[in-house]
Amino acid sequence: MSDVFERVKKIVVENLDVEGDKVVETASFIDDLGADSLDLVELVMAFEEEFNIEIPDDVQENIRTVGDAVTHIKAHVS
Amino acid sequence: MRRVVITGIGIVSPLANGTEATWERLIAGKSGAGPIDLFDTKDVPCKIAFQVPWNDGRGGGADDPHAFDPDKAASSKERRRIDEFILYALAAADECVEDSGWKPETDHDKERTGVLIGSGIGGLQSIYDTAITLHTQGARRVSPFFIPSALINLASGQVSIRHGFKGPNHSVVTACATGAHAIGDSARLIKYGDADVMLAGGAEAVICEIGIAGFCAAKAMSTNFNDTPEKASRPYDKDRDGFVMGEGAAVVMLEEYEHAKARGAKIYAEVAGYGLTGDAYHITAPAEGSEGGYRAMKMALGHSGLDVADIDYVNTHGTSTPKGDEGEVGAVERLFGDHAKNLSLSSTKSAVGHLLGAAGAIESAFCALAIRDQVMPPTLNLDNPSVDTPIDLIPHKAKKGKVRAAMSNSFGFGGTNACLILKQAD
Repeated sequence: MSDVFERVKKIVVENLDVEGDKVVETASFIDDLGADSLDLVELVMAFEEEFNIEIPDDVQENIRTVGDAVTHIKAHVS
Repeated sequence: MRRVVITGIGIVSPLANGTEATWERLIAGKSGAGPIDLFDTKDVPCKIAFQVPWNDGRGGGADDPHAFDPDKAASSKERRRIDEFILYALAAADECVEDSGWKPETDHDKERTGVLIGSGIGGLQSIYDTAITLHTQGARRVSPFFIPSALINLASGQVSIRHGFKGPNHSVVTACATGAHAIGDSARLIKYGDADVMLAGGAEAVICEIGIAGFCAAKAMSTNFNDTPEKASRPYDKDRDGFVMGEGAAVVMLEEYEHAKARGAKIYAEVAGYGLTGDAYHITAPAEGSEGGYRAMKMALGHSGLDVADIDYVNTHGTSTPKGDEGEVGAVERLFGDHAKNLSLSSTKSAVGHLLGAAGAIESAFCALAIRDQVMPPTLNLDNPSVDTPIDLIPHKAKKGKVRAAMSNSFGFGGTNACLILKQAD
């Protein structure tokens, strides 16, 4: 699963139109990568599609950074 | 009474991206028609349209120096949040703001500047795409950007966000009269004192399968000229058989006269009169003898304080449909009476197609440019007129001549009519 981060990064770069080197584990989607609440919803949908998982709404609310997303995805992808 | 003038124009049209390139090609007698390349047309009887030329080759824009560049209009991130009618509105608004030189920086100036851009149909392609997603993948896959990409007033919303215009933010939805109503209503907002400056116009982008199929089902579209697209839009010609769809956006900067003078703005024309009526007759067919259109023209004339003899040019609604064209010419003749023989009239839908919600805006812009340059655009493909009239229908070639005042007519489904009169500003 070592490529989870790279796959997440690719989606973030495409969806948020940001430079790849800004997409680090500690980066906050809203504070560092220019996302708004609608972008976050779309990002989570893209993660769900990419990894074929379902991220419940209450978990979505806790995904604030790239690292949060990677951690959650790793925990749910078997 | 506060006077309202036009101090900026922005156009994205099937002829070109940009006001001057569009106008130059219009006066040169060029047509923006071609085969539809946005979807497979095998199942629809109308296979042609007036598409905006894009720099990726779409709509015949491959080698066109005036092709539309989507990257200049909005970033790829922005574009995912907006339907194409909003993309066109943003591009036209950018050009219009630049052209007008009005870039408010103080809170007061921003709050005195509003936006009123309408659309006839709005984000139809987005609605279509999302319906497919919903059907095949379920509700959880519906994008959070679906609604704000498709809502008609989001053209005004997006433009206001980009430029910081905090005055009235409004929209109009009156089918093919949208653009004219947007300009007329905006002028009233300025006259009433709610704003000093209004960015007003219309945008449309529904050359998609569901849009074409819908208008074809209503028997409104041309189907006899699929092999010769440039011949299809032929208002007042005996062989016309329906309208041909266009797309794009046009916006004008409307400004209170003293406000414009004080900052030394370039003035194209004054918005002298505006009239609006309803047919109360039929959902798609115009009333007999364009009775509602006649009353809209008469109302606009009354507000303008002009005499019919002061008006030199009429840009008609003239969609190239068998039912509409002759009734409108008859109504113009009735209004102008003995002056009809001195009048010139053309339908620029022969060159740019029917831009639906943007039609009234682009055609009003053409009237402003006709007043600026003292030249009137032609009615293309008018080989055998179906009407016997003393009015010069300006067949084939543009006509030089004095244009002191010009009238623009727009009539829409539902029986809604709007008429604008522009005149030289002294």
